[in-house]
Amino acid sequence: MALDMYAEEIVSHYEHPHNAGVMADASASFHNYNASCGDDVTMYLKIEKRKVVEAKFKGVGCAISMASASMLTDFVKGKSLKEIEGMNVRTIIGIIGIDPGPARLKCATLALRTLKEAVFVYEHKEADKDTKSL
Amino acid sequence: MEKEPKAGIDVERIRQDFPILGTTMNGKPLVYLDNAATSQKPKRVIDAISEYYTSYNANIHRGIYAIAVEATDAYVDSKAKLAKLINAKGMQEIVYTRNTTEAINLVALSWGNANIKRGDHILITQMEHHSNLVPWMLLARRKNAVLDYVRLDESNTKLDMQSLKEQLEKDPKIMAVTHVSNVLGTINDVKRMTKEAHAHGAVVLVDGAQSAPHMPIDVQDIGCDFFALSAHKMLGPTGIGALYGRYDMLDRMDPLFSGGDMIKSVTFDDVTWNDLPWKFEAGTPDIAGGIGFGAAIDYLNGIGMERIRAHEKKITKYALERLEEVKHLKTYGPGKDEMDSRGGVIAFAIDKVHPHDVSQIFDSEGIAIRAGHHCAMPLVTQLLGESAVSRMSFYLYNRMQEADKAVQAIELVKKTFGVG
Repeated sequence: MALDMYAEEIVSHYEHPHNAGVMADASASFHNYNASCGDDVTMYLKIEKRKVVEAKFKGVGCAISMASASMLTDFVKGKSLKEIEGMNVRTIIGIIGIDPGPARLKCATLALRTLKEAVFVYEHKEADKDTKSL
Repeated sequence: MEKEPKAGIDVERIRQDFPILGTTMNGKPLVYLDNAATSQKPKRVIDAISEYYTSYNANIHRGIYAIAVEATDAYVDSKAKLAKLINAKGMQEIVYTRNTTEAINLVALSWGNANIKRGDHILITQMEHHSNLVPWMLLARRKNAVLDYVRLDESNTKLDMQSLKEQLEKDPKIMAVTHVSNVLGTINDVKRMTKEAHAHGAVVLVDGAQSAPHMPIDVQDIGCDFFALSAHKMLGPTGIGALYGRYDMLDRMDPLFSGGDMIKSVTFDDVTWNDLPWKFEAGTPDIAGGIGFGAAIDYLNGIGMERIRAHEKKITKYALERLEEVKHLKTYGPGKDEMDSRGGVIAFAIDKVHPHDVSQIFDSEGIAIRAGHHCAMPLVTQLLGESAVSRMSFYLYNRMQEADKAVQAIELVKKTFGVG
């Protein structure tokens, strides 16, 4: 069962991640990590008209956490902030296409949790802007 | 040089005493190589705990009825057994705690709060487990004291004895050092270190979590003031550990917890502490744990600590030799030619593969190893420069073939990730 976890696509995304690197002019970003295992990721988003136009990530970690970040950045391009807010554990499992099991769930969900935090912070900043312009 | 025992141990006979070693994990026979985290339990220990609950469960001390006396005797006996195992002068010097961590915290809180003042130096080393690091960091913060570290040498395998000398020039009030590193496997010369620290007036605590289970221990020969250990790493149950403290040290210390059992007399205005070691054990203790620990010590004595150490040396040397042949793999700690200063712990890293993925693939082969920073984050991240490492660790019931299985699993990891 465990070897299924290392499907070709997961290993391929781990070795050749998509959208890897820092985004200097990101509209939203967030850094997060799994303290017990050392997975560490920062997610970057460029947002226009409440839609993600670009997504990148930078991080170190296991194959599951890094492949998940790579696939997630592909997936969210073109998605609305509302769609991202609606994403959950089931969504990310659907995206990565494997069942990580309980021991690796936090690896699989790290990128999504971090992405949602980035959007949350962004929304609050935006709300703050609105208040200031009143 | 260590003494070599006359005869080796019969691993196959020993394995029959451990019910879990006959089980499977993910459909494969369990290969348990995570002994530095916790050991497995022989049936004798499991039975001793079960027997206490089944036939003589009663609270200890002051019970006048037969089963209370029986329970008290069994609990107190276990302390006498531990005292003998580590050559303490008597069971008065053995305080039971929940684990090594609590034993070290007891010293940092009780002794530390009473003896550390602003500007004092506290000395530890760069290879400490968090349990022998964070309590001292917090003590230093509480008291505005200074926490210093003995550095590792350039090879990152051993403590730098020159650095020890330099740090001791600051006349630290206490030095706390691990006997065996849970990451590097390094066996520190704690006898020599204690002697040097005592010459500078420092009190010495030795963290024996990774040594007491695996080699003969003589606290009087080491000369340390405190020695901490956990039962669950030495065939005993979880939930019980011990602090050895030299009698005069413990006698001068105030209790950390207070309540029942730890007093001799109480008036509405005053209290007199109970005799050692009971002064430090407030409330009903882990009676079943103590009894189980006693059974574990009996078992270890039956095999012999020298023979256990010799077996682990043999299997660790063999594993290091096998691992040397593996490309794209790095091991940490003293090498195969320095086995006198190396315990049965091997931390390793495979190029480009995260330790969690290594551990996962080992799991699919029925092999239990550990991945992470092993509660020694500064050592792993700042000195070894890894976010995490994998670790296999051996004990008396591990077969030589299990080291081979680990090497096969490493090859499977490399194949899965296309390494090499």
